[in-house]
Amino acid sequence: MPKTYEPIATTTLGSAQSTVTLSSIPSTYTDLIIISQPKSTATEGIVYIQFNSIGGTSYSSTYVYGSGSSASSGRRTNSGLGVIAENAYATSTAGATTFVTQVFNYANTTTFKTWLSRGNRTDSQGTEAMVGLCRDTSAINSVSFAIGGTTFAAGSVFSIYGIKAA
Amino acid sequence: MSPILGVWASAQQSAFLPGDYESIATAVGTGSSDTITFSSIPQTYTHLEIRGIAQANASLNDYGAVGVRFNSDSGTNYTRHRLTGNGTTAGGAANTSTTFADGGPGAAYLTSGTSTVGTTVISVLDYTSTNKYTTIRALSGTDNNGIGLASLSSGLWLNTNAVTSITLYQQNGNFTDKTTFALYGIKG
Repeated sequence: MPKTYEPIATTTLGSAQSTVTLSSIPSTYTDLIIISQPKSTATEGIVYIQFNSIGGTSYSSTYVYGSGSSASSGRRTNSGLGVIAENAYATSTAGATTFVTQVFNYANTTTFKTWLSRGNRTDSQGTEAMVGLCRDTSAINSVSFAIGGTTFAAGSVFSIYGIKAA
Repeated sequence: MSPILGVWASAQQSAFLPGDYESIATAVGTGSSDTITFSSIPQTYTHLEIRGIAQANASLNDYGAVGVRFNSDSGTNYTRHRLTGNGTTAGGAANTSTTFADGGPGAAYLTSGTSTVGTTVISVLDYTSTNKYTTIRALSGTDNNGIGLASLSSGLWLNTNAVTSITLYQQNGNFTDKTTFALYGIKG
């Protein structure tokens, strides 16, 4: 039986940096799953996602969030970058925030690219589910992450996996 | 987003051992049917996962649920619960005695001729068991730059038969050719 769920790469930051790019992604899978534990050099920072170098106003997203005492929802439209969680920020506490981001049918050239993301911040906030859209039909060959107003700290981990359908 | 300062390191550890997570089948929409069925599902796995993108040919600029039926049972033998956020408010809801389980509220984009799709990941747990009802859970949603829904949901099939076929159902229109669902088996 051929491998269906395969690791593509893992990046562990050795020093602080503002962006992380997972590049040269092979087009041989159906979906991508990115598991990340980003750590912020500041108290907290929102984590952005960008496919290829697509910018402009191509990104939008919708989320539902539970804080432990209440639930809320919101959205972004016409954004230059996507987000993988609106409330579950990366924090300066190692391992406090974990994201699982799933990018669907990333290699096709007929649909806009969608992602589902789950963010869990355990130190003081809650849990979140997000759906995002990049209004571009290009095949995705790189995924970049940035953090708002600060930098990713050393020890931040980004792992990418490919899932191959029959 | 520049400059790009990332490090591209070698692959390290797999989430699954080779063969633990296997592709079973893939199905695509045709534009002429509101259902997609995976049949003759092998009974050799512990859990199933369905991953997909979905679009239905209803000119609504809206989102719709993808329902799940097992073994061709279209009776009122399902229940469902969901937590949703529509970009403005968060809410929860439930239904009993329904004709399908929730395979993803908002998992299908309802449109005509655009490139936006909804998406879902559905887990079907312990599907070969014959001593308990079959449960599913889903993470799903659609976003179309101002219209969207993000959802976490669960469903129950009030039947103890082993699952041998799964039908995905769209009640707002037919699945277009931009719809693709893939079925995977997970070994225990």
